[in-house]
Amino acid sequence: MIKYLLIALVLIGMGWLFLPLATEYFTPTQLNNLAANYVYGSAADLNMPNAVTSVVVTYRGLDTLGEVTVLFLATAGVGFFLKRKNSIKSKRRHGSEILKSGADLLAPLIILFGIYIFTHGHLTPGGGFPGGVVLASAFLLLLMAQEHFTFSHSVIQFTESLSGIAYVFIGLAGLLLLGLNHFLDPRWLNLGQWGKLFSAGAVPLIYSFIGLKVGSEMSGMLDSLQSDGGDE
Amino acid sequence: MIETILTIVLAIISLMAAVYAVLTKKTLNAIIASGIISLLASIMFLLVSAPDVAMTEAAIGSGLTTVVFLYALKHIKDRRSTHDD
Repeated sequence: MIKYLLIALVLIGMGWLFLPLATEYFTPTQLNNLAANYVYGSAADLNMPNAVTSVVVTYRGLDTLGEVTVLFLATAGVGFFLKRKNSIKSKRRHGSEILKSGADLLAPLIILFGIYIFTHGHLTPGGGFPGGVVLASAFLLLLMAQEHFTFSHSVIQFTESLSGIAYVFIGLAGLLLLGLNHFLDPRWLNLGQWGKLFSAGAVPLIYSFIGLKVGSEMSGMLDSLQSDGGDE
Repeated sequence: MIETILTIVLAIISLMAAVYAVLTKKTLNAIIASGIISLLASIMFLLVSAPDVAMTEAAIGSGLTTVVFLYALKHIKDRRSTHDD
């Protein structure tokens, strides 16, 4: 009884804390200074239609680098705790006929869509993180549908480390070519034509590497979750 | 106007799913209910014109997280059944 009373008290307290958010909310009718700099700078300085990507990759590039590092640590932790056992012994169920046929048709399309999402991150909504997860979902579909489907873990780890290092080196190239205060600045490559695939400097490169890194990390994590724990 | 009504309906459904996920006895149902919450949240992000966030939420929140939870549930069940034997 006292448990429910405490839960109700906590809920009322949280409601009281969040009440100002609801009562003092007003819809802003114009951008504040910082947002205006980001939005107009994205079009004028970086030649990039998607302002969200310009914030994520360029203006807040260090945050993205940290985020990629956190994701790497998290998947490394999963791989550390779920040690791979004998994959021959692990019991994988047969995929049903519907799942097999669907996976055969859909997996290449999903991989293509994931690659589209992360290469066009500077033009259309999306980017490295959703694109990488879409890639991993295609691998998950194949893992579930086909009993004997495996992929090489060394290739996955090689892709992952190579893309991580490439991302840092692209950031350092900005530092070397444009001078101090330009770490992760993508403008050392040609800005190109507005709205073309190869435009906005190094942003498509950065997002492709992030997409490959996230995709390989997630695929490796799903594979170790799939293969672990079959037998004690 | 219609967007506001849709947002309110989605919010009510996701609140109901959240309460169901807490109260239900079956863990599988709770996992699926939490996946539904993420899916509805991604639709709400789309309604306030944030397609980038909506894509990420739909892919990670309702896709990947649900799958990871399902694998974890499977491992727990496997372990329980081997200990019971």
